[in-house]
Amino acid sequence: MLCDECREREAVVHLTQIVSEQVNTVHLCEKCAAERGVESGTQLTKSPLGTFLAAMGKGGPAAPAAEGARCPACGATLADFRDTGRLGCGECYVTFGAQLRDLLRRLHGSTRHVGERYASPGGPAPEPVVEPAPVAAELVELRERLRRAIADENFELAAELRDRLRGAP
Amino acid sequence: MIDLSLIPDGGVGWLDASGPSSHLVLSTRVRLARNLAGLPFSTRNGEAEREAVLARVESAAAGTESLGRAVRFRLDRLDRADRQLLHERHLVSRDLAGLEGETGVRKGATLLIQDAVGAMVNEEDHLRLQGFRSGFDLGSAYESVDRLDAELGQRLPFAFHPEFGYLTACPTNVGTGLRASVLIHLPGLVLTKEITKVLQGLAQVGLTYRGLYGEGS
Repeated sequence: MLCDECREREAVVHLTQIVSEQVNTVHLCEKCAAERGVESGTQLTKSPLGTFLAAMGKGGPAAPAAEGARCPACGATLADFRDTGRLGCGECYVTFGAQLRDLLRRLHGSTRHVGERYASPGGPAPEPVVEPAPVAAELVELRERLRRAIADENFELAAELRDRLRGAP
Repeated sequence: MIDLSLIPDGGVGWLDASGPSSHLVLSTRVRLARNLAGLPFSTRNGEAEREAVLARVESAAAGTESLGRAVRFRLDRLDRADRQLLHERHLVSRDLAGLEGETGVRKGATLLIQDAVGAMVNEEDHLRLQGFRSGFDLGSAYESVDRLDAELGQRLPFAFHPEFGYLTACPTNVGTGLRASVLIHLPGLVLTKEITKVLQGLAQVGLTYRGLYGEGS
């Protein structure tokens, strides 16, 4: 059975919601479920990193060239990261950014830090991060996802989508 | 044998039940994970690099109000019993104390502590800043560690990325590097066997739980 949301991957999470006597079942793949913030039971006591790292190995179209890539600063590879669950240095975040973003979205619900900005001593003042305004086709998709999020009563996701629609960071 | 009388409250001030809601909540702890920019993380650095990190941190800390009078414990020079003692007083993590079987204590592992604020150096990240309070007092614990973070951040270049935030060895900490926790004693829930339900419910509100001694317990 395919995922209701993306229609690309196999559905593994079957979410049944009962809203005032109306039963609604949604079938999601792991990626869309994580995007929606659905917690799966196995993550309770196991380290969340282990589960995500295993999923990283399975899913996602990782560029074949990147597999052997080494961080220019510390020499770590993606394989090192999979073995230890730890990155080698700050530069690794840049080198492996593409692969990490997916993982970060699942771990934190977003890839963008919106907290305090840090200014290195003697360095330039930090610029506030401005997310670029979404394009037309993306707008339609976002509106549809917003409608579905509200229907599912997933208001946290809905708020995030609403903010993105406004073009706010 | 280390002399814990060097620390005014013996390192157990947080246990004195003086804080709010202390009949349930033993203590509050807020920690911030930070790394120095341009250097490999603890997973990939060597002894010399760790000593360099420690030297820079100590030099910077000496100029701060939060840690200017700090007591310093070099865990890599203490025997196991002393390290265990620091761990039992919840002053250092199991990782820093090197209590994990074969690996032993990491070279350069150090604790700087002053009043209710501390810094673990050369743990999983270069710096783990922590604030403790007795009872349930997240605001106050956060305030003190935030102050330390600001003071050190002005003197040391932290690894920070405009998109990802503060960079850490483990991606679960990247961004704010913040972890806030409370130590709660719940014997009633355990005796009535309700504890499992409560713990399962925690995951649904985005919280996680650990045993008395933190990660790995």
